Amino acid sequence: MAARESMLAVVPDPASPELARTLDLAGYSWKAVSAAEPAAEHEPAGGWAGAIVDIGADADAGWAFLRNISKQGDRTIPVMLLVGGAQLSDLEHRDELFDDFCLSPFHPAELEARLRHLLVTDIDLHRAELVEYGELTLNLETYQASIAGRPLDMTYMEYELLKFLAQNPGKVFTREMLLSRVWGYEYYGGARTVDVHVRRLRAKLGEEHANLIQTVRSVGYRFGQSRWDS
Amino acid sequence: MTEMLDQQRDYVLRSVEERGVRLVRLWFTDVLGNLKSLAISPAELENALEDGMTFDGSSIDGFSRVQEADVLAMPDPDTFELLPWGDPKVPEARIFCDIHHLDGSPFEGDPRQVLRRHVKEAHDAGLTFYVAPDVEFFYFEPLVPGQAPVPVDQGGYFDLTTSDVTGELRKQTIRTLEALGIPVEYSFHEDAPGQQEIDLRHTDALTMADSMMTFRLAVREVASHHGVHATFMPKPLEGVQGSGMHVHLSLFRGDDNAFYDADDAYHLSATAKSFMAGMLHHAAEITAVTNQTVNSYKRLVPGFEAPVHISWARNNRSGLIRVPIPKRGNPVATRIEYRSADPACNPYLAFSLMLAAGMRGVREGYELPDEADANLFEIGDDVLHKLGIQQLPQSLNDALVVMEQSTLVQEALGEHIFEWFLRNKRSEWRSYKTQVTPFERDRYLGVL
Repeated sequence: MAARESMLAVVPDPASPELARTLDLAGYSWKAVSAAEPAAEHEPAGGWAGAIVDIGADADAGWAFLRNISKQGDRTIPVMLLVGGAQLSDLEHRDELFDDFCLSPFHPAELEARLRHLLVTDIDLHRAELVEYGELTLNLETYQASIAGRPLDMTYMEYELLKFLAQNPGKVFTREMLLSRVWGYEYYGGARTVDVHVRRLRAKLGEEHANLIQTVRSVGYRFGQSRWDS
Repeated sequence: MTEMLDQQRDYVLRSVEERGVRLVRLWFTDVLGNLKSLAISPAELENALEDGMTFDGSSIDGFSRVQEADVLAMPDPDTFELLPWGDPKVPEARIFCDIHHLDGSPFEGDPRQVLRRHVKEAHDAGLTFYVAPDVEFFYFEPLVPGQAPVPVDQGGYFDLTTSDVTGELRKQTIRTLEALGIPVEYSFHEDAPGQQEIDLRHTDALTMADSMMTFRLAVREVASHHGVHATFMPKPLEGVQGSGMHVHLSLFRGDDNAFYDADDAYHLSATAKSFMAGMLHHAAEITAVTNQTVNSYKRLVPGFEAPVHISWARNNRSGLIRVPIPKRGNPVATRIEYRSADPACNPYLAFSLMLAAGMRGVREGYELPDEADANLFEIGDDVLHKLGIQQLPQSLNDALVVMEQSTLVQEALGEHIFEWFLRNKRSEWRSYKTQVTPFERDRYLGVL
């Protein structure tokens, strides 16, 4: 499974810092585009994977942008709206212009969950038996893992942590998130356990692959490259 | 939880199959801290994971009395690892076990169960106990019975010698440890000839006790592959430093270091201070366990960087507890270093007592005495007495006398281990006492 290569369009340009942070932490690739220009001008080769339009900033420009996309034929890209509480009535009779909306100011976890739901693809839904990233391969059926053809000997929790990270490349997780998602039960080791396991995994991956698991200062960990490194 | 356990078992069984593991070693530890191993074939493993393996505990030091001999070794699937030594064509794996009675209740003679109980108590109070030991040991030429051991090199502190057999040994040892999931922070040549130090990165106490058991075996395995004898004996040579196990301790509440307080002059929280006070107050009582051999007390003498007095300080290595100054004032790194223990201890019991002593201080709000920042080795006994600074027990016998009076140690170890340990160690002291040593003959034979 490669990093999310698909790009989200974010309107307007610049995106609010809260929105930018939420998208970065969730590991999305995105680009802010101005509502005044046709989005097609910045469209990546594979097309936009979706659009997030903040109506609160400049409602008229935002709606114009959406009508523009809509006019270009079948609107195929999923659209997430961010609307202020006072703008809710504007949604009426505009159902065809968006797929979901989130009340702004938004709760990052809510927006993240809604985006995940909205952008779910057939590929995501397919539970692959092999997780591959670069030279790393995890076989979910046999619990075996290898890096550059060399088998990795891990404990169960090391394997589970590596699997979870490799299934969510590019995304930043806090220690608490990893503890609750991977360990998922009351564990005597506490939150620093995550550090201990990351340290072990890096050692077992070996020097040249240790940086597959990146430390994101004062946040947590990320597997693989973020959009800034590529 | 059960589902998790099922998945872990499944993981272990699949790994054994996929990697062609030929032998699975079930590991546990006796009361004196010796690693015991029960080897089973992979075909037995599923059964063992499900129902445990029954064995006769009366043959294990400190385990069952003869009339209740059978106990059950329950493998902890989270500790499954392939062993990185031996023939790669016939791989072996290990799993640590908890020992139970046949009815499934925890067995009181099992040190791992003792530590598990303490770790769980701390957990129930919202705390996680992290430990990071700095372990010293010696490399000797193959032993010749009746002759003094010969260190493999003549190096000193931090020395990088050219014909570096020890450097190569350390490198391979570290590679082996990392492969076993035991992260190493530093390693270097220590002060004495042949003496090494390897510092481990912190983990929770139970994991670290398991790691210490693995560590001692790994160091010996790698050394013996090179025809070298590695030893954790506390004081193998006269006149040079002995081998200690300095233990760095911290308590975390979730992501926060409960020992850290930005507003305190020492950056130590009230919890840290009363924890230290607890360790100091009960230090003499727990010493028989942290320093459990006759030989341990030959290390705890002035002049060899081992603590003799029950005191604490920030940067004074003559004290029992040192408070290291963390790099860049990092709150996460705030910790205390307990300096008396030696690597021949039973890590499960030693960590249990350190935690119990510290937590007693926290619960009862013990007051931390003043910092003793002078070099205590250079201060006269009368001055130390005035300052209220006491000495650690001077011999195994002294330590046993203090331990016997300690309700803290009795509760923390449980009656079974407490009673057996005292009995076993008193008998060790008795056999030592009957020895007539070369020291005595040299000193007295000619003149008396």
